[in-house]
Amino acid sequence: MNVEYTQTAKGLHWLMAVVIIGLLALGIYMSNLPLSPTKLELYAWHKWFGVTVFLLVWVRLAWRIMHPPPTPPEGLSTLLVRLAHIGHFALYAFMIVIPLSGWLMSSAKGFQTVWFGVVPLPDLIDKNRELGNALQLLHKVLNVLFMLTIAGHTAAALWHHVWRKDETLRRMGWRFSK
Amino acid sequence: MKKFFSTLSLLLLSTVAAQAAVFQAVAVDKSQITFSFKQMGVNMDGKFKRFHAQIQWDTTQPHQAKGGIEIDLNSIDTGSTEADQEVLSKSWFHVAAYPKATFVLKSLRPLQGQSYEAKGLLTLKGQTREVVAPATLTPQGMLTGSFVLKRADYAIGEGMWAKFDVVANEILVKFNLPLQ
Repeated sequence: MNVEYTQTAKGLHWLMAVVIIGLLALGIYMSNLPLSPTKLELYAWHKWFGVTVFLLVWVRLAWRIMHPPPTPPEGLSTLLVRLAHIGHFALYAFMIVIPLSGWLMSSAKGFQTVWFGVVPLPDLIDKNRELGNALQLLHKVLNVLFMLTIAGHTAAALWHHVWRKDETLRRMGWRFSK
Repeated sequence: MKKFFSTLSLLLLSTVAAQAAVFQAVAVDKSQITFSFKQMGVNMDGKFKRFHAQIQWDTTQPHQAKGGIEIDLNSIDTGSTEADQEVLSKSWFHVAAYPKATFVLKSLRPLQGQSYEAKGLLTLKGQTREVVAPATLTPQGMLTGSFVLKRADYAIGEGMWAKFDVVANEILVKFNLPLQ
């Protein structure tokens, strides 16, 4: 049985953690800015990194299928294990659905996404103001749910580490003391 | 004598090539004035919803073409409410002082086949500059054309918007005018 996550899984987890928290913070910050060149630039960067998350999550899922994660620590109730699985499933689902909602919203609002200004993403839907506003709301609601799930994920990790004093958080980290 | 006839036939030919028609009005309700530009390297489209246009044009007298377009800048549709408001401000069109854009036609010169060259004066934000627009006229009287407007020439987008890295300098203006 694997005791730890692979180096790649750890790397992808923490890389995406940093990018996603950055995107959430940037998303909240930029949407409250008055229109300016800076705002337009920030939106472009937000979209480019959002597309990056969407691509990385597939790499991560493929890696996960080829390298199954360690089994849950012993002594947890089936309810908690099930809750953990649901939580992880939700995190992956958000990483797929949120960039998609952002991409569609951009198309509906008439702002095509061109990844890092180089790779144009097709507009799957036409420009439509009402649909654009609806997708904007969807993007927002999904992100609020995502943030709550991330908060739950973090709380659970800390609960394992501080309260239960088990290996759960440590197997996602690098042991510098060894 | 021979030269005279060849010149005459050439003259006749060129008159035939250009469609002989007299236009006296523009069907404004079926007309379109649109524009596109690059923002963060991405193509953006917009249009003007209200404008007036007139024409007095005998196609056999290209240099006596008279006409004009007057655009109500308040009717701009950039695709987003936020931008629609922004472009009316002082750093863009400054509609409080300059509510209209006007184009005064000077000539409509026939080139080849259905191709023409429209020349005129465009006034925007208190500045007047000459504009040359290639255009085509279909046998049904649809005059279509476009030209590239450099926004810096008219001080459209000043201050923090003056650099072209976010909003490009070149704005492609397209017109679709059914003549009657």
